[in-house]
Amino acid sequence: MRHKTFFWFILPSLAAMILFIALPLASVVIQSLHIEHEQVIVTTENCGPFGCTEESSVDTEATAALRAEQPLGRFAGLTTYFDRGHLATAEVAEAWRSRDSLGGFFSELYNLPFYKALAFTLTYTFLVTPLVILLGLMIALGVNRLTPVLKGPTIFVSLLPMIITPLIGSLILFWMIDAQGVIGKNLQWLFDDPDLSLKASPVLTWITLMVYGVWSSAPFAFVVFYAGLQTVNSDSLEAAMIDGATRWQRIRYVVIPHLSPLVVFISLIQLMDNFRVFEPIVGFSAQANATSLSYIIFADMRSDITRFNSAAATSVLTVIGVAILLSPVLVRTWRDFKGKAA
Amino acid sequence: MSIKSKFILSAAAVFMGSTAYAGCGLSGGNVSILGNEFAAIQAVAEGAKQCAGGGVTVESNLNKDYRELQVAALTANPAQYTTVTTTNAAIVPLLNSDLIRPLDDLIAKHGQHLSKNQMITVDGKVMAVAFMANAQHLFIREDILKAAGVEAPKTYEEVIAAGKAIQEAGLMQYPFATTSQTGWNLAQEFVNMYLGHGGSFFKPGTAEPNVNNETGVAALNTLKELVSLSNPDYLTFDSNAVQSSWEAGDVAMAHLWGSRGTGILDDEGSTAEIVSNTALISSPTVGGGSTPASTLWWDGFVIASNASDEDAEASFVAMVNGISPEVVKANNDAAVWLAEGYEPSPASAGVAATATGGTKPYPMIPFMGLMHTALGSELTEFLQGSESAEQALADVEASYVAAAKEKGFLN
Repeated sequence: MRHKTFFWFILPSLAAMILFIALPLASVVIQSLHIEHEQVIVTTENCGPFGCTEESSVDTEATAALRAEQPLGRFAGLTTYFDRGHLATAEVAEAWRSRDSLGGFFSELYNLPFYKALAFTLTYTFLVTPLVILLGLMIALGVNRLTPVLKGPTIFVSLLPMIITPLIGSLILFWMIDAQGVIGKNLQWLFDDPDLSLKASPVLTWITLMVYGVWSSAPFAFVVFYAGLQTVNSDSLEAAMIDGATRWQRIRYVVIPHLSPLVVFISLIQLMDNFRVFEPIVGFSAQANATSLSYIIFADMRSDITRFNSAAATSVLTVIGVAILLSPVLVRTWRDFKGKAA
Repeated sequence: MSIKSKFILSAAAVFMGSTAYAGCGLSGGNVSILGNEFAAIQAVAEGAKQCAGGGVTVESNLNKDYRELQVAALTANPAQYTTVTTTNAAIVPLLNSDLIRPLDDLIAKHGQHLSKNQMITVDGKVMAVAFMANAQHLFIREDILKAAGVEAPKTYEEVIAAGKAIQEAGLMQYPFATTSQTGWNLAQEFVNMYLGHGGSFFKPGTAEPNVNNETGVAALNTLKELVSLSNPDYLTFDSNAVQSSWEAGDVAMAHLWGSRGTGILDDEGSTAEIVSNTALISSPTVGGGSTPASTLWWDGFVIASNASDEDAEASFVAMVNGISPEVVKANNDAAVWLAEGYEPSPASAGVAATATGGTKPYPMIPFMGLMHTALGSELTEFLQGSESAEQALADVEASYVAAAKEKGFLN
């Protein structure tokens, strides 16, 4: 293809990418480098139904003048990135200096919001992703062996968790695992512990969220693997059978190698998705015991006073996190591609 | 209701008041209302809609997430909504960004009959008109307390003692509940307790935080004793959850919003036994203090700066019509109305008692929202027992300082 033709060919998607990906990203980066103007505070007498009080208020005229001068706010460089709400470099350095043990250092680290969120986000990502792949593969292999009559209904039922909106799904489960709910009560009976509550302790909340994560994402892996299974070469399978391979050996040496590109694909998508874990935290009201990077951004945007700059900094850190997480997979894909080209 | 009967109704309303006829005496203007969603606000919006007709349009968007919408909606020019029903906390971001207009001239023209009590003035200028009061207070089950042999508690120390007595009598395992969900709700409980102990959140005249002190520790310790009487899931309890466990008869004492009183005392969602034994009493005092450990709130309306003068005037007249004595009388039990025409009812007994006790209003300070957010995110670990009260309060201050620096309140 000539360069000019190629250019016109990709122009629409290029324009869309610039408009919807590059520009917002640039805007977020710029916002994260700024903080708001100094607020001019004056003391005023405020009265209402409950009497009068002397209180601080913002001198809006003076602050508006400052804002008109520099609409973006004050340039702060990377200070927002390094403050306590984000990377907290000063606090981390102090914790390291005054540590009495490595455990003590980590508990200090866990006291900082960003690292607390990161701990849950990473644990969630690295436990849920492989479990989703494993469970998806198992469901796909199972469904593939069913008689054709049962296949349709089974596929439909297996896909249900993905069809339900994540927030709704987690809310339904939230009420089911309540101490008064059907799952909660049965667990109390099963473990013979009337005080058992899945919402109270951090460990149980983490487990609940991860079980939910696997439950809601496994259908995705299942669908992809099931599609892959339809393309397994039956000649190789028959050849393996003639050679006396057991079912397990056929799966291990014929089916799985055939599906391995799909494993890479699902891992990529799941790593990205799970790193942005958010809905279950809201649905399960789990913010006391588990927060994620996305939840921090949400909290900044939803509080009484919106903190755009802080939210922007966390967003940029999330993008960097995703990039780091995906780099091994991407490097591998690039190598494969180069290998093929050569 | 047909347009004709609406017309007749609004005409009737106007002649009974001062200026109420079709369009409420206005030649034109567009009114759009943004507000929280509960019975009282719905009644006000309906009342405002009586002014529609004759070139005046009235629309409303009542939504429990109005706080997240209001700043963006009023920043637009022309503003997306001409009027917002807001509260003493939610008004602060609007004041900070100069998004609402002084109402003095409109009051002189159309609001002569409003009581002085309803006017929210900032630096001498009326910025909002309040129409109802709200406060958290104690709900008690008289039958359970009687069975445990305790009086209605007047202090938090008595609440804790009563809770233990109920546990020991084997009546309930978790007798107490409050809105203790991590985040805004839990922070609000700390605000109540800290003010009840006589604390103030900032060093006088500055935006420097002032919670990491003995008062803060005492407030936290009381809170911890209270939640130990609560269901272990207490960190997930918002108002809806507390109301449903009350209606299910699972708790004997709850510290809950007065605006929930109507819902709890109605004949839906609960049994006659629970409802007839429910009493709404003042919020308790704490730590030997003399004022109840709660905060007073008002709900009122404001008018957008970025609305045309015609729309602003129409909005003001419509909202004044929405809080007219007729509306208040027709919806007497829906709220503790500050407006003319209100008769106190059992559902408002708790708020009235709390207000009479001299409870302080929730501070209307520009940086209080940041403090509230910091409290909401940093107190959980102390209540779960994984950190000390001092550490939790130090974390609150550090978290607040980081936010206040970013927002330009501290350097």
